[in-house]
Amino acid sequence: MPARLLVPERARAGEVVAVRVLIQHPMETGFSHDMAGALIARNVIHTLVARYAGQEIFRAEMGSGIAANPLLQFWTIARASGAITLEWVDDRGVRGSASASIVVEP
Amino acid sequence: MRAGARGIWRWHWLMAGCIAVPFGASVQAEPAERLLPLAAVRPAARFSSADLRALQARDDANPAMLWVAQGQALWRTPAGAGASCAGCHGDAAVSMRGVAARYPALELSTDPAAIAPARLLNLEGRINQCRSRHQGLAPWPAESQPLLGISAYVAMQSRGQPLQVSVDAAIQPYWERGRALYLQRSGQMNLACTHCHDRHWGDKLLGETISQGHGNGYPAYRLEWQGLGSLQRRLRACQSGIRAEMLPFGSPALVELELFLAWRAGTLAVETPAVRR
Amino acid sequence: MAARREFLASAAALLAAPWTPARAAQGDFDAALRALTFGSPLGDGRVQLRTPRLADNGLSVPLEVRVDSPMTPAEHVLRIALLSDRNPRALIASFGIGPFAGRAMVTTRVRLSGSQRVWALAQLSDGSWWQDSAEVEVTESACLDTP
Repeated sequence: MPARLLVPERARAGEVVAVRVLIQHPMETGFSHDMAGALIARNVIHTLVARYAGQEIFRAEMGSGIAANPLLQFWTIARASGAITLEWVDDRGVRGSASASIVVEP
Repeated sequence: MRAGARGIWRWHWLMAGCIAVPFGASVQAEPAERLLPLAAVRPAARFSSADLRALQARDDANPAMLWVAQGQALWRTPAGAGASCAGCHGDAAVSMRGVAARYPALELSTDPAAIAPARLLNLEGRINQCRSRHQGLAPWPAESQPLLGISAYVAMQSRGQPLQVSVDAAIQPYWERGRALYLQRSGQMNLACTHCHDRHWGDKLLGETISQGHGNGYPAYRLEWQGLGSLQRRLRACQSGIRAEMLPFGSPALVELELFLAWRAGTLAVETPAVRR
Repeated sequence: MAARREFLASAAALLAAPWTPARAAQGDFDAALRALTFGSPLGDGRVQLRTPRLADNGLSVPLEVRVDSPMTPAEHVLRIALLSDRNPRALIASFGIGPFAGRAMVTTRVRLSGSQRVWALAQLSDGSWWQDSAEVEVTESACLDTP
């Protein structure tokens, strides 16, 4: 699942930085019909978790009310150099992940 | 007496005009009168909300970049018996710079004695021609993910470059058919493109501001599509909007219309991948 | 509707500035609200919801929620929830944050099924709930498109 996870490359310790997420996913509502008239089953990314420096820093429980190709921005305190990882799963059980590194200067 | 004097001056201006016009016409080869004067051409940003402009301005927020990233990966992927795109074209940022700004264009014939008229190709058509002629692969279907990704990636290499579609003698007949389609009333609403996009650009239609209908941002991410789509998809949507039969994807008529639109947009810069309603 | 009035009557006694929904909620708004807050009163003033007054397209409406909070281990935001009073599923999303966030702010894009009021609820570490809401006009596309 194509995705972009963007964090600043560098930050000072204690600085509050933005984390931006963009994932390619139809977030199918379950209310649409295909060209043959059949109902398209709901399929949304229902759980997304971000971890950094051994902590869960953000959790999203989403429904069909989130727009397709979900775009999320949240914040975290830059504490230690390392990876910010993102994991998510949709209604079909398909998992995705992304990772980005941040260098934290004291 | 004064009226007579004005009349003499008017006659002088008329004579001056009659002499000037033939000279003017030989210096500037404009195929026809522009219903949308070049000075009045405005990019889509003029008719877009701040939100859409902000999404397009930032590559880290523009959802279209998800498709562009796939196109970039495809560019380097070896395909079938042949090399990858990169195998022949190298770094797209170098080799594809300015390319999209020149399309649609006539295909170069490989047969010097060819009798059949050359095909007019848009960028997608040219990419697919490369696939079949040089990679020995079946062309990608219209609006398929790979074709959208590659065409968005290639067109993006011309981002910021002014459109440079030249209407010379060879391409003139295609341009004229494109123009005829642009001016043709059709559909239940019996409207032509010109009625909204030349006469009423800037006016409101429900909550939306009518744009000038330029195609310089395509392939683009449309909120309505919840995804990336080509200019042909947008033109078909317009046809659907006026309740006309949609021309099939890849039809020569649609490519000719694309050509006319590119000419009509003057030197607007390529904006691919844009974000639209 | 009656249950809503009861809830408001009891909440009004505890609220500094009581709020009233502009129209009857559709979908499962009441149930979603109750599942989140268990009937807790909703305070005014700490939550700021920003969203355009007129949406370009109901399929993708930008939305930003900020909560006024020091975001310390002692006092921080636990959850930010988005609710729609007109979507078939009222709960749009629920975001979990904590003191590591540094800033209680989430930005996303939502689907809105027609003109409506959108709600942003925030739960603080002391268990209290706070709210803000905004009216969004969502019009049909002027030129109807095919899928």
